[in-house]
Amino acid sequence: MYTQGLDQKDKPAGTPQGAETPGQVEAFQDRIDAEDKIEAKDWMPEAYRRTLIRQISQHAHSEIIGMQPEGNWLTRAPTLKRKAILLAKIQDEAGHGLYLYSAAETLGVSRAQMVTDLLSGKAKYSSIFNYPALTWADIGAIGWLVDGAAIMNQIPLCRCSYGPYSRAMIRICKEESFHQRQGFDILVALCNGTDEQKAMAQDALDRWWWPSLMMFGPSDNESKHSAQSMAWKIKRFTNDELRQKFIDVTVPQAEFLGLKVPDDELEFDEKTGHYRHGEIDWQEFLDVLAGNGPCNRQRMAKRRKAHEDGAWVREAARVYAEKHAAKDAA
Amino acid sequence: MNKERALLAYVSRLGDNALVLGQRMIELVAAYPELEEELANANFALDYIGQARMFYTYAGELEGQGRREDDFAFLRDENEFRNLLLLEQPNGHFGDSITKLVLFELFYLAQLGSLARSEDTQLAGIAARAEKEIRYHLRHNTQWLVRLGDGTDESHRRVQDSVNDLWRYTGEMFEADEIDTIVEKAYGGPNLEELRERWLADIDAILINATLDKPEDGWMASGGKAGRHTEHLGYMIAEMQYLQRTHPGATW
Repeated sequence: MYTQGLDQKDKPAGTPQGAETPGQVEAFQDRIDAEDKIEAKDWMPEAYRRTLIRQISQHAHSEIIGMQPEGNWLTRAPTLKRKAILLAKIQDEAGHGLYLYSAAETLGVSRAQMVTDLLSGKAKYSSIFNYPALTWADIGAIGWLVDGAAIMNQIPLCRCSYGPYSRAMIRICKEESFHQRQGFDILVALCNGTDEQKAMAQDALDRWWWPSLMMFGPSDNESKHSAQSMAWKIKRFTNDELRQKFIDVTVPQAEFLGLKVPDDELEFDEKTGHYRHGEIDWQEFLDVLAGNGPCNRQRMAKRRKAHEDGAWVREAARVYAEKHAAKDAA
Repeated sequence: MNKERALLAYVSRLGDNALVLGQRMIELVAAYPELEEELANANFALDYIGQARMFYTYAGELEGQGRREDDFAFLRDENEFRNLLLLEQPNGHFGDSITKLVLFELFYLAQLGSLARSEDTQLAGIAARAEKEIRYHLRHNTQWLVRLGDGTDESHRRVQDSVNDLWRYTGEMFEADEIDTIVEKAYGGPNLEELRERWLADIDAILINATLDKPEDGWMASGGKAGRHTEHLGYMIAEMQYLQRTHPGATW
Protein backbone atom coordinates (compact mmCIF):
# COMPACT_ATOMS: atom_id res chain seq x y z
CA MET A 1 0.00 0.00 0.00
CA TYR A 2 2.71 2.40 1.04
CA THR A 3 5.01 1.88 -1.95
CA GLN A 4 2.07 2.28 -4.31
CA GLY A 5 1.11 5.35 -2.33
CA LEU A 6 4.48 6.91 -3.07
CA ASP A 7 3.81 6.54 -6.79
CA GLN A 8 0.88 8.94 -6.61
CA LYS A 9 1.30 12.15 -8.55
CA ASP A 10 -0.27 14.13 -5.74
CA LYS A 11 2.52 13.17 -3.35
CA PRO A 12 2.75 16.00 -0.83
CA ALA A 13 5.79 18.27 -0.96
CA GLY A 14 8.40 17.37 1.63
CA THR A 15 7.95 13.61 1.29
CA PRO A 16 11.21 12.21 2.63
CA GLN A 17 13.69 10.73 0.23
CA GLY A 18 16.56 8.44 1.06
CA ALA A 19 17.75 7.17 4.41
CA GLU A 20 16.59 8.55 7.72
CA THR A 21 19.44 9.95 9.78
CA PRO A 22 19.51 9.43 13.57
CA GLY A 23 19.40 13.22 13.90
CA GLN A 24 16.14 13.45 11.94
CA VAL A 25 14.54 10.69 13.94
CA GLU A 26 15.63 12.27 17.22
CA ALA A 27 14.41 15.74 16.23
CA PHE A 28 11.08 14.19 15.20
CA GLN A 29 10.68 12.44 18.55
CA ASP A 30 11.51 15.72 20.33
CA ARG A 31 8.64 17.41 18.50
CA ILE A 32 6.30 14.57 19.48
CA ASP A 33 7.42 14.76 23.10
CA ALA A 34 6.81 18.52 23.07
CA GLU A 35 3.20 17.80 21.90
CA ASP A 36 3.83 19.53 18.55
CA LYS A 37 1.38 18.56 15.79
CA ILE A 38 2.99 16.90 12.78
CA GLU A 39 1.58 18.26 9.51
CA ALA A 40 1.41 16.71 6.03
CA LYS A 41 4.44 18.56 4.66
CA ASP A 42 6.66 17.94 7.70
CA TRP A 43 9.39 15.36 7.70
CA MET A 44 8.32 12.10 9.34
CA PRO A 45 9.80 8.60 9.67
CA GLU A 46 8.53 6.16 7.04
CA ALA A 47 7.22 3.81 9.72
CA TYR A 48 5.18 6.64 11.29
CA ARG A 49 3.64 7.39 7.90
CA ARG A 50 2.92 3.70 7.24
CA THR A 51 1.33 3.24 10.67
CA LEU A 52 -0.94 6.22 10.13
CA ILE A 53 -1.95 5.16 6.63
CA ARG A 54 -2.83 1.72 7.95
CA GLN A 55 -4.78 3.05 10.90
CA ILE A 56 -6.62 5.90 9.15
CA SER A 57 -7.57 3.85 6.11
CA GLN A 58 -8.81 1.00 8.31
CA HIS A 59 -10.89 3.51 10.18
CA ALA A 60 -12.30 4.92 6.91
CA HIS A 61 -13.10 1.43 5.62
CA SER A 62 -14.84 0.62 8.92
CA GLU A 63 -17.12 3.64 8.50
CA ILE A 64 -18.06 2.52 4.99
CA ILE A 65 -18.62 -1.16 5.80
CA GLY A 66 -20.36 -0.13 9.03
CA MET A 67 -23.14 1.44 6.96
CA GLN A 68 -24.29 -2.05 5.97
CA PRO A 69 -25.56 -3.60 9.24
CA GLU A 70 -27.48 -0.43 10.07
CA GLY A 71 -28.64 0.06 6.49
CA ASN A 72 -30.21 -3.38 6.89
CA TRP A 73 -32.87 -1.79 9.15
CA LEU A 74 -33.52 1.48 7.32
CA THR A 75 -36.44 0.18 5.30
CA ARG A 76 -37.96 -1.48 8.40
CA ALA A 77 -37.44 1.21 11.05
CA PRO A 78 -40.59 1.25 13.20
CA THR A 79 -41.40 4.98 13.05
CA LEU A 80 -40.66 7.80 10.62
CA LYS A 81 -38.68 9.64 13.29
CA ARG A 82 -36.49 6.59 13.98
CA LYS A 83 -36.07 6.10 10.23
CA ALA A 84 -34.94 9.71 9.75
CA ILE A 85 -32.50 9.57 12.68
CA LEU A 86 -30.99 6.29 11.49
CA LEU A 87 -30.64 7.64 7.97
CA ALA A 88 -28.93 10.78 9.27
CA LYS A 89 -26.56 8.61 11.29
CA ILE A 90 -25.65 6.45 8.29
CA GLN A 91 -25.14 9.58 6.23
CA ASP A 92 -22.74 10.84 8.93
CA GLU A 93 -20.81 7.60 8.60
CA ALA A 94 -20.37 8.08 4.86
CA GLY A 95 -19.17 11.60 5.70
CA HIS A 96 -16.69 10.24 8.25
CA GLY A 97 -15.37 7.87 5.60
CA LEU A 98 -14.86 10.83 3.33
CA TYR A 99 -12.94 12.97 5.91
CA LEU A 100 -10.79 10.01 6.86
CA TYR A 101 -9.90 9.09 3.28
CA SER A 102 -8.93 12.74 2.83
CA ALA A 103 -6.81 12.69 6.00
CA ALA A 104 -5.04 9.55 4.73
CA GLU A 105 -4.49 11.15 1.32
CA THR A 106 -2.37 13.85 2.98
CA LEU A 107 0.11 11.03 3.66
CA GLY A 108 0.53 10.33 -0.05
CA VAL A 109 -1.88 7.47 -0.75
CA SER A 110 -4.84 7.94 -3.09
CA ARG A 111 -8.45 7.10 -2.22
CA ALA A 112 -8.62 4.87 -5.30
CA GLN A 113 -5.69 2.85 -3.97
CA MET A 114 -7.25 2.54 -0.52
CA VAL A 115 -10.54 1.37 -2.05
CA THR A 116 -8.66 -1.17 -4.19
CA ASP A 117 -6.94 -2.50 -1.08
CA LEU A 118 -10.26 -2.83 0.74
CA LEU A 119 -11.89 -4.67 -2.15
CA SER A 120 -8.95 -7.03 -2.63
CA GLY A 121 -9.07 -7.94 1.06
CA LYS A 122 -5.59 -6.50 1.67
CA ALA A 123 -6.87 -3.74 3.95
CA LYS A 124 -8.93 -4.54 7.01
CA TYR A 125 -11.93 -2.95 8.69
CA SER A 126 -13.26 -3.31 12.22
CA SER A 127 -14.27 -6.91 12.94
CA ILE A 128 -17.49 -5.78 14.64
CA PHE A 129 -19.22 -5.14 11.32
CA ASN A 130 -18.99 -8.82 10.45
CA TYR A 131 -21.77 -9.52 12.94
CA PRO A 132 -25.39 -9.46 11.73
CA ALA A 133 -28.04 -6.89 12.75
CA LEU A 134 -30.93 -9.27 13.30
CA THR A 135 -33.61 -7.25 15.08
CA TRP A 136 -34.50 -3.58 15.56
CA ALA A 137 -32.91 -3.79 19.04
CA ASP A 138 -29.58 -4.43 17.31
CA ILE A 139 -29.74 -0.88 15.95
CA GLY A 140 -29.98 0.27 19.57
CA ALA A 141 -27.13 -2.01 20.64
CA ILE A 142 -24.90 -0.90 17.77
CA GLY A 143 -25.36 2.75 18.73
CA TRP A 144 -24.96 2.17 22.45
CA LEU A 145 -22.14 -0.40 22.48
CA VAL A 146 -20.37 -0.19 19.11
CA ASP A 147 -20.42 3.60 18.87
CA GLY A 148 -19.76 3.75 22.62
CA ALA A 149 -16.63 1.63 22.19
CA ALA A 150 -15.64 3.66 19.13
CA ILE A 151 -15.89 6.89 21.13
CA MET A 152 -13.70 5.42 23.87
CA ASN A 153 -11.10 4.64 21.21
CA GLN A 154 -11.48 7.89 19.35
CA ILE A 155 -11.57 10.58 22.02
CA PRO A 156 -7.82 10.14 22.65
CA LEU A 157 -7.24 10.31 18.88
CA CYS A 158 -8.42 13.94 18.96
CA ARG A 159 -5.00 14.54 20.59
CA CYS A 160 -3.14 12.32 18.12
CA SER A 161 0.24 13.74 17.05
CA TYR A 162 -0.72 13.84 13.36
CA GLY A 163 -2.61 17.11 12.77
CA PRO A 164 -4.98 16.16 9.91
CA TYR A 165 -6.08 12.97 11.72
CA SER A 166 -6.56 14.71 15.03
CA ARG A 167 -8.68 17.45 13.42
CA ALA A 168 -10.84 14.91 11.56
CA MET A 169 -11.36 13.04 14.83
CA ILE A 170 -12.55 16.14 16.70
CA ARG A 171 -15.38 16.54 14.23
CA ILE A 172 -16.15 12.81 14.09
CA CYS A 173 -16.31 12.45 17.87
CA LYS A 174 -18.97 15.14 18.15
CA GLU A 175 -21.20 13.18 15.78
CA GLU A 176 -20.39 9.83 17.40
CA SER A 177 -21.68 10.97 20.75
CA PHE A 178 -25.02 11.80 19.11
CA HIS A 179 -24.97 8.31 17.55
CA GLN A 180 -24.34 6.69 20.89
CA ARG A 181 -27.23 8.56 22.49
CA GLN A 182 -29.64 7.58 19.72
CA GLY A 183 -28.73 3.92 20.27
CA PHE A 184 -29.26 4.15 24.00
CA ASP A 185 -32.55 5.97 23.42
CA ILE A 186 -33.82 3.12 21.22
CA LEU A 187 -33.04 0.68 24.03
CA VAL A 188 -34.71 2.87 26.67
CA ALA A 189 -37.90 2.77 24.59
CA LEU A 190 -37.67 -1.02 24.19
CA CYS A 191 -36.90 -1.63 27.86
CA ASN A 192 -39.91 0.45 28.85
CA GLY A 193 -42.04 -1.40 26.33
CA THR A 194 -43.74 -4.79 26.02
CA ASP A 195 -42.23 -8.07 27.19
CA GLU A 196 -41.35 -8.89 23.59
CA GLN A 197 -39.53 -5.60 23.20
CA LYS A 198 -37.55 -6.14 26.43
CA ALA A 199 -36.61 -9.65 25.30
CA MET A 200 -35.46 -8.17 21.99
CA ALA A 201 -33.21 -5.72 23.87
CA GLN A 202 -31.71 -8.42 26.10
CA ASP A 203 -31.05 -10.65 23.11
CA ALA A 204 -29.24 -7.80 21.36
CA LEU A 205 -27.04 -7.15 24.42
CA ASP A 206 -26.30 -10.89 24.65
CA ARG A 207 -25.04 -10.94 21.07
CA TRP A 208 -23.22 -7.58 20.92
CA TRP A 209 -21.49 -7.43 24.32
CA TRP A 210 -18.46 -9.63 23.65
CA PRO A 211 -17.85 -8.49 20.08
CA SER A 212 -17.92 -4.88 21.39
CA LEU A 213 -15.19 -5.69 23.92
CA MET A 214 -13.14 -7.17 21.08
CA MET A 215 -13.27 -3.81 19.28
CA PHE A 216 -10.43 -2.59 21.52
CA GLY A 217 -8.13 -5.14 19.91
CA PRO A 218 -5.90 -7.82 21.40
CA SER A 219 -4.85 -7.63 25.04
CA ASP A 220 -1.75 -5.55 25.76
CA ASN A 221 0.66 -8.46 25.91
CA GLU A 222 -0.47 -9.57 22.41
CA SER A 223 -0.70 -6.18 20.69
CA LYS A 224 2.11 -5.83 18.19
CA HIS A 225 1.74 -2.12 17.34
CA SER A 226 1.00 -0.66 20.74
CA ALA A 227 4.40 0.37 22.17
CA GLN A 228 5.63 2.28 19.11
CA SER A 229 2.24 3.95 18.57
CA MET A 230 2.26 5.10 22.21
CA ALA A 231 5.77 6.56 21.79
CA TRP A 232 4.60 8.44 18.69
CA LYS A 233 1.48 9.64 20.50
CA ILE A 234 -0.75 8.17 17.83
CA LYS A 235 -2.13 6.12 20.70
CA ARG A 236 -2.53 7.51 24.21
CA PHE A 237 -3.92 4.53 26.12
CA THR A 238 -3.40 0.79 25.74
CA ASN A 239 -6.11 -1.56 24.44
CA ASP A 240 -6.75 -3.01 27.88
CA GLU A 241 -6.96 0.41 29.54
CA LEU A 242 -9.59 1.55 27.05
CA ARG A 243 -11.52 -1.72 27.31
CA GLN A 244 -11.62 -1.40 31.11
CA LYS A 245 -12.84 2.18 30.85
CA PHE A 246 -15.60 1.09 28.47
CA ILE A 247 -16.75 -1.70 30.80
CA ASP A 248 -16.74 0.64 33.81
CA VAL A 249 -18.93 3.16 32.01
CA THR A 250 -21.25 0.69 30.29
CA VAL A 251 -22.20 -1.77 33.04
CA PRO A 252 -24.12 0.84 35.09
CA GLN A 253 -25.95 1.85 31.88
CA ALA A 254 -27.05 -1.77 31.38
CA GLU A 255 -28.28 -1.79 34.98
CA PHE A 256 -30.23 1.41 34.31
CA LEU A 257 -31.90 -0.33 31.37
CA GLY A 258 -32.67 -3.37 33.51
CA LEU A 259 -30.61 -5.63 31.24
CA LYS A 260 -28.14 -8.31 32.27
CA VAL A 261 -24.61 -8.19 30.88
CA PRO A 262 -23.85 -11.72 29.63
CA ASP A 263 -20.75 -12.27 31.77
CA ASP A 264 -21.17 -14.38 34.94
CA GLU A 265 -17.75 -13.32 36.20
CA LEU A 266 -18.55 -9.62 36.05
CA GLU A 267 -18.04 -8.11 39.51
CA PHE A 268 -17.30 -4.66 40.87
CA ASP A 269 -13.98 -4.55 42.72
CA GLU A 270 -14.29 -2.05 45.59
CA LYS A 271 -10.52 -1.83 46.01
CA THR A 272 -9.63 -0.89 42.44
CA GLY A 273 -12.89 0.87 41.63
CA HIS A 274 -13.13 -1.18 38.41
CA TYR A 275 -15.22 -4.10 37.20
CA ARG A 276 -13.52 -7.47 36.93
CA HIS A 277 -14.70 -9.37 33.86
CA GLY A 278 -14.53 -12.82 32.32
CA GLU A 279 -12.05 -13.85 29.64
CA ILE A 280 -12.77 -12.81 26.06
CA ASP A 281 -13.01 -15.62 23.52
CA TRP A 282 -9.91 -14.64 21.56
CA GLN A 283 -10.35 -17.57 19.20
CA GLU A 284 -13.60 -16.01 18.00
CA PHE A 285 -11.79 -12.69 17.53
CA LEU A 286 -9.06 -14.35 15.45
CA ASP A 287 -11.61 -16.29 13.41
CA VAL A 288 -13.55 -13.15 12.51
CA LEU A 289 -10.32 -11.31 11.65
CA ALA A 290 -9.31 -14.23 9.45
CA GLY A 291 -12.52 -13.82 7.45
CA ASN A 292 -14.66 -16.38 9.23
CA GLY A 293 -17.21 -14.18 10.97
CA PRO A 294 -20.94 -14.49 10.27
CA CYS A 295 -20.99 -11.71 7.64
CA ASN A 296 -17.45 -11.19 6.29
CA ARG A 297 -18.27 -12.56 2.85
CA GLN A 298 -21.63 -10.83 2.66
CA ARG A 299 -20.19 -7.41 3.58
CA MET A 300 -17.35 -7.64 1.08
CA ALA A 301 -19.59 -9.03 -1.67
CA LYS A 302 -21.98 -6.11 -1.27
CA ARG A 303 -19.14 -3.53 -1.32
CA ARG A 304 -17.55 -5.14 -4.40
CA LYS A 305 -20.89 -5.29 -6.20
CA ALA A 306 -21.60 -1.62 -5.46
CA HIS A 307 -18.16 -0.70 -6.78
CA GLU A 308 -18.43 -2.87 -9.90
CA ASP A 309 -22.01 -1.78 -10.64
CA GLY A 310 -20.82 1.82 -10.48
CA ALA A 311 -17.93 1.38 -12.93
CA TRP A 312 -19.93 2.56 -15.97
CA VAL A 313 -21.15 5.60 -14.01
CA ARG A 314 -17.65 6.66 -12.97
CA GLU A 315 -16.43 6.09 -16.53
CA ALA A 316 -19.28 8.21 -17.95
CA ALA A 317 -18.47 11.05 -15.54
CA ARG A 318 -14.79 10.90 -16.50
CA VAL A 319 -15.47 10.88 -20.25
CA TYR A 320 -18.03 13.68 -19.95
CA ALA A 321 -15.57 15.83 -17.97
CA GLU A 322 -12.83 15.23 -20.55
CA LYS A 323 -15.09 16.04 -23.49
CA HIS A 324 -16.20 19.27 -21.90
CA ALA A 325 -12.73 20.27 -20.74
CA ALA A 326 -11.62 19.86 -24.38
CA LYS A 327 -14.59 21.91 -25.63
CA ASP A 328 -13.98 24.64 -23.05
CA ALA A 329 -10.32 24.82 -24.02
CA ALA A 330 -11.15 25.03 -27.76
CA MET B 1 -66.47 16.20 -2.06
CA ASN B 2 -66.19 19.34 0.05
CA LYS B 3 -63.06 21.45 -0.07
CA GLU B 4 -61.84 20.39 3.39
CA ARG B 5 -61.90 16.72 2.46
CA ALA B 6 -60.20 17.46 -0.83
CA LEU B 7 -57.41 19.35 0.94
CA LEU B 8 -56.92 16.48 3.38
CA ALA B 9 -56.71 13.96 0.51
CA TYR B 10 -54.34 16.25 -1.39
CA VAL B 11 -51.96 16.74 1.55
CA SER B 12 -51.96 13.05 2.42
CA ARG B 13 -51.17 12.26 -1.24
CA LEU B 14 -48.18 14.61 -1.09
CA GLY B 15 -47.04 12.67 1.98
CA ASP B 16 -47.43 9.37 0.12
CA ASN B 17 -45.34 10.60 -2.82
CA ALA B 18 -42.56 11.75 -0.50
CA LEU B 19 -42.57 8.60 1.63
CA VAL B 20 -42.71 6.06 -1.20
CA LEU B 21 -39.91 7.79 -3.11
CA GLY B 22 -37.84 8.23 0.06
CA GLN B 23 -38.32 4.57 0.94
CA ARG B 24 -37.12 3.49 -2.52
CA MET B 25 -34.07 5.71 -2.15
CA ILE B 26 -33.05 4.29 1.21
CA GLU B 27 -33.09 0.79 -0.27
CA LEU B 28 -29.97 1.99 -2.11
CA VAL B 29 -27.99 3.08 0.92
CA ALA B 30 -24.51 1.51 0.93
CA ALA B 31 -24.81 0.56 -2.74
CA TYR B 32 -23.93 3.77 -4.58
CA PRO B 33 -21.14 4.03 -7.19
CA GLU B 34 -19.14 6.71 -5.38
CA LEU B 35 -18.97 7.97 -1.80
CA GLU B 36 -20.05 11.50 -2.75
CA GLU B 37 -23.20 10.09 -4.39
CA GLU B 38 -23.82 7.91 -1.34
CA LEU B 39 -23.95 11.11 0.70
CA ALA B 40 -26.17 12.87 -1.84
CA ASN B 41 -28.65 9.98 -1.98
CA ALA B 42 -28.92 9.73 1.81
CA ASN B 43 -29.26 13.49 2.09
CA PHE B 44 -32.03 13.66 -0.52
CA ALA B 45 -33.86 10.66 0.96
CA LEU B 46 -33.73 12.37 4.34
CA ASP B 47 -35.41 15.41 2.80
CA TYR B 48 -38.20 13.21 1.44
CA ILE B 49 -38.76 11.42 4.77
CA GLY B 50 -38.86 14.85 6.44
CA GLN B 51 -41.40 16.12 3.91
CA ALA B 52 -43.57 13.03 4.39
CA ARG B 53 -43.57 13.68 8.15
CA MET B 54 -44.66 17.30 7.67
CA PHE B 55 -47.42 16.41 5.18
CA TYR B 56 -48.76 13.55 7.29
CA THR B 57 -48.72 15.57 10.49
CA TYR B 58 -50.69 18.29 8.75
CA ALA B 59 -53.09 15.73 7.24
CA GLY B 60 -53.72 14.42 10.76
CA GLU B 61 -54.55 17.94 11.94
CA LEU B 62 -56.88 18.53 9.00
CA GLU B 63 -58.66 15.25 9.69
CA GLY B 64 -59.03 16.03 13.40
CA GLN B 65 -59.33 12.41 14.53
CA GLY B 66 -56.03 12.14 16.34
CA ARG B 67 -54.09 10.31 13.62
CA ARG B 68 -50.37 11.08 13.63
CA GLU B 69 -47.61 10.75 11.04
CA ASP B 70 -46.90 7.11 11.88
CA ASP B 71 -50.57 6.14 11.58
CA PHE B 72 -50.50 7.34 7.99
CA ALA B 73 -47.19 5.63 7.20
CA PHE B 74 -47.53 2.34 9.04
CA LEU B 75 -51.19 1.58 9.59
CA ARG B 76 -52.78 2.07 6.20
CA ASP B 77 -53.05 -0.64 3.57
CA GLU B 78 -51.51 -0.53 0.15
CA ASN B 79 -54.70 0.66 -1.59
CA GLU B 80 -54.95 3.61 0.82
CA PHE B 81 -51.64 4.96 -0.47
CA ARG B 82 -52.23 7.46 -3.27
CA ASN B 83 -48.70 8.01 -4.57
CA LEU B 84 -47.78 8.24 -8.25
CA LEU B 85 -46.95 4.89 -9.87
CA LEU B 86 -43.63 6.33 -11.09
CA LEU B 87 -42.34 6.57 -7.53
CA GLU B 88 -43.03 2.99 -6.50
CA GLN B 89 -41.17 1.46 -9.46
CA PRO B 90 -38.22 -0.72 -8.38
CA ASN B 91 -34.78 0.84 -8.37
CA GLY B 92 -32.86 -0.71 -11.24
CA HIS B 93 -29.45 0.89 -11.90
CA PHE B 94 -28.05 4.34 -11.09
CA GLY B 95 -29.34 5.77 -14.39
CA ASP B 96 -32.87 4.56 -13.61
CA SER B 97 -32.75 6.32 -10.23
CA ILE B 98 -31.48 9.56 -11.71
CA THR B 99 -34.05 9.49 -14.51
CA LYS B 100 -36.92 8.79 -12.12
CA LEU B 101 -35.83 11.69 -9.93
CA VAL B 102 -35.48 14.17 -12.79
CA LEU B 103 -38.86 13.24 -14.31
CA PHE B 104 -40.62 13.58 -10.95
CA GLU B 105 -38.72 16.48 -9.43
CA LEU B 106 -39.22 18.66 -12.47
CA PHE B 107 -42.96 18.25 -11.90
CA TYR B 108 -42.79 18.35 -8.09
CA LEU B 109 -40.75 21.54 -8.00
CA ALA B 110 -43.39 23.34 -10.07
CA GLN B 111 -46.17 21.84 -7.95
CA LEU B 112 -44.49 23.02 -4.75
CA GLY B 113 -43.82 26.45 -6.23
CA SER B 114 -47.51 26.86 -6.90
CA LEU B 115 -48.54 25.46 -3.49
CA ALA B 116 -46.12 27.84 -1.76
CA ARG B 117 -48.40 30.64 -3.00
CA SER B 118 -51.64 28.84 -2.16
CA GLU B 119 -54.27 30.29 0.18
CA ASP B 120 -53.82 27.60 2.81
CA THR B 121 -50.99 29.12 4.81
CA GLN B 122 -49.88 25.93 6.52
CA LEU B 123 -49.61 24.00 3.26
CA ALA B 124 -47.90 27.01 1.70
CA GLY B 125 -45.32 26.99 4.49
CA ILE B 126 -44.48 23.30 4.11
CA ALA B 127 -44.36 23.64 0.31
CA ALA B 128 -42.00 26.62 0.50
CA ARG B 129 -39.60 24.68 2.67
CA ALA B 130 -39.75 21.58 0.46
CA GLU B 131 -39.32 23.69 -2.66
CA LYS B 132 -35.87 24.83 -1.51
CA GLU B 133 -34.79 21.23 -0.99
CA ILE B 134 -36.12 19.98 -4.31
CA ARG B 135 -34.54 22.84 -6.27
CA TYR B 136 -31.17 21.69 -5.02
CA HIS B 137 -31.90 17.97 -5.72
CA LEU B 138 -33.04 18.73 -9.24
CA ARG B 139 -29.89 20.66 -10.05
CA HIS B 140 -27.74 17.76 -8.88
CA ASN B 141 -29.82 15.08 -10.60
CA THR B 142 -30.11 16.98 -13.88
CA GLN B 143 -26.33 17.33 -14.01
CA TRP B 144 -26.07 13.56 -13.65
CA LEU B 145 -28.65 12.90 -16.37
CA VAL B 146 -26.64 15.11 -18.74
CA ARG B 147 -23.36 13.45 -17.74
CA LEU B 148 -24.78 9.97 -18.34
CA GLY B 149 -26.52 10.91 -21.58
CA ASP B 150 -23.48 12.68 -22.97
CA GLY B 151 -20.88 10.36 -21.36
CA THR B 152 -19.91 7.02 -22.92
CA ASP B 153 -21.85 4.96 -25.49
CA GLU B 154 -22.78 2.57 -22.71
CA SER B 155 -24.06 5.25 -20.35
CA HIS B 156 -25.99 6.90 -23.20
CA ARG B 157 -27.65 3.61 -24.12
CA ARG B 158 -28.47 2.74 -20.52
CA VAL B 159 -30.00 6.07 -19.62
CA GLN B 160 -31.93 6.30 -22.90
CA ASP B 161 -33.49 2.97 -21.92
CA SER B 162 -34.31 4.40 -18.50
CA VAL B 163 -36.08 7.38 -20.07
CA ASN B 164 -37.98 5.11 -22.49
CA ASP B 165 -39.06 2.73 -19.72
CA LEU B 166 -40.17 5.35 -17.21
CA TRP B 167 -41.84 7.75 -19.65
CA ARG B 168 -45.14 5.85 -19.47
CA TYR B 169 -45.47 6.80 -15.81
CA THR B 170 -45.21 10.55 -16.39
CA GLY B 171 -48.74 11.08 -17.73
CA GLU B 172 -50.32 10.43 -14.35
CA MET B 173 -48.60 13.45 -12.80
CA PHE B 174 -50.74 15.77 -14.92
CA GLU B 175 -54.07 13.92 -14.82
CA ALA B 176 -56.32 16.19 -12.79
CA ASP B 177 -58.94 14.37 -10.72
CA GLU B 178 -61.63 15.87 -8.49
CA ILE B 179 -59.15 16.44 -5.65
CA ASP B 180 -56.72 18.38 -7.85
CA THR B 181 -59.53 20.45 -9.32
CA ILE B 182 -61.03 21.41 -5.96
CA VAL B 183 -57.64 22.30 -4.47
CA GLU B 184 -56.87 24.42 -7.53
CA LYS B 185 -60.17 26.31 -7.36
CA ALA B 186 -60.67 26.57 -3.60
CA TYR B 187 -57.09 27.11 -2.44
CA GLY B 188 -55.20 28.41 -5.49
CA GLY B 189 -53.37 25.11 -6.04
CA PRO B 190 -51.59 24.33 -9.31
CA ASN B 191 -53.31 23.93 -12.66
CA LEU B 192 -51.98 20.61 -13.92
CA GLU B 193 -52.42 21.49 -17.60
CA GLU B 194 -50.17 24.52 -17.11
CA LEU B 195 -47.66 22.39 -15.23
CA ARG B 196 -47.68 19.88 -18.08
CA GLU B 197 -46.79 22.54 -20.66
CA ARG B 198 -43.95 23.86 -18.54
CA TRP B 199 -42.71 20.35 -17.77
CA LEU B 200 -42.68 19.38 -21.46
CA ALA B 201 -40.66 22.45 -22.39
CA ASP B 202 -38.21 21.92 -19.52
CA ILE B 203 -37.74 18.20 -20.04
CA ASP B 204 -37.17 18.84 -23.75
CA ALA B 205 -34.34 21.21 -22.95
CA ILE B 206 -32.77 18.78 -20.48
CA LEU B 207 -32.98 15.82 -22.87
CA ILE B 208 -31.42 17.86 -25.70
CA ASN B 209 -28.61 18.88 -23.39
CA ALA B 210 -28.16 15.21 -22.42
CA THR B 211 -28.18 14.20 -26.14
CA LEU B 212 -31.15 11.93 -25.38
CA ASP B 213 -34.28 11.40 -27.48
CA LYS B 214 -37.67 12.26 -26.09
CA PRO B 215 -39.89 9.18 -26.31
CA GLU B 216 -43.07 9.32 -28.38
CA ASP B 217 -46.09 9.95 -26.20
CA GLY B 218 -47.74 6.55 -26.17
CA TRP B 219 -49.88 4.71 -23.65
CA MET B 220 -49.66 6.17 -20.16
CA ALA B 221 -50.11 4.14 -16.98
CA SER B 222 -52.23 5.58 -14.21
CA GLY B 223 -54.12 4.56 -11.08
CA GLY B 224 -51.75 5.42 -8.24
CA LYS B 225 -53.60 8.61 -7.37
CA ALA B 226 -56.75 6.51 -6.93
CA GLY B 227 -55.05 3.73 -4.93
CA ARG B 228 -54.68 1.23 -7.80
CA HIS B 229 -51.01 0.35 -7.78
CA THR B 230 -48.47 -1.81 -9.57
CA GLU B 231 -47.46 -5.10 -7.92
CA HIS B 232 -44.30 -3.48 -6.58
CA LEU B 233 -45.89 -1.33 -3.88
CA GLY B 234 -47.25 -4.20 -1.76
CA TYR B 235 -43.80 -5.55 -1.00
CA MET B 236 -42.51 -2.13 -0.04
CA ILE B 237 -45.43 -1.52 2.32
CA ALA B 238 -45.15 -5.00 3.87
CA GLU B 239 -41.47 -4.48 4.61
CA MET B 240 -41.90 -0.94 5.87
CA GLN B 241 -44.82 -1.69 8.18
CA TYR B 242 -43.85 -5.07 9.57
CA LEU B 243 -42.73 -4.02 13.07
CA GLN B 244 -45.78 -1.87 13.69
CA ARG B 245 -48.06 -4.62 12.39
CA THR B 246 -46.33 -7.39 14.39
CA HIS B 247 -46.40 -5.46 17.68
CA PRO B 248 -49.69 -3.54 17.62
CA GLY B 249 -49.75 -0.56 19.96
CA ALA B 250 -46.10 -0.84 21.00
CA THR B 251 -44.06 2.35 21.48
CA TRP B 252 -40.71 2.57 19.72
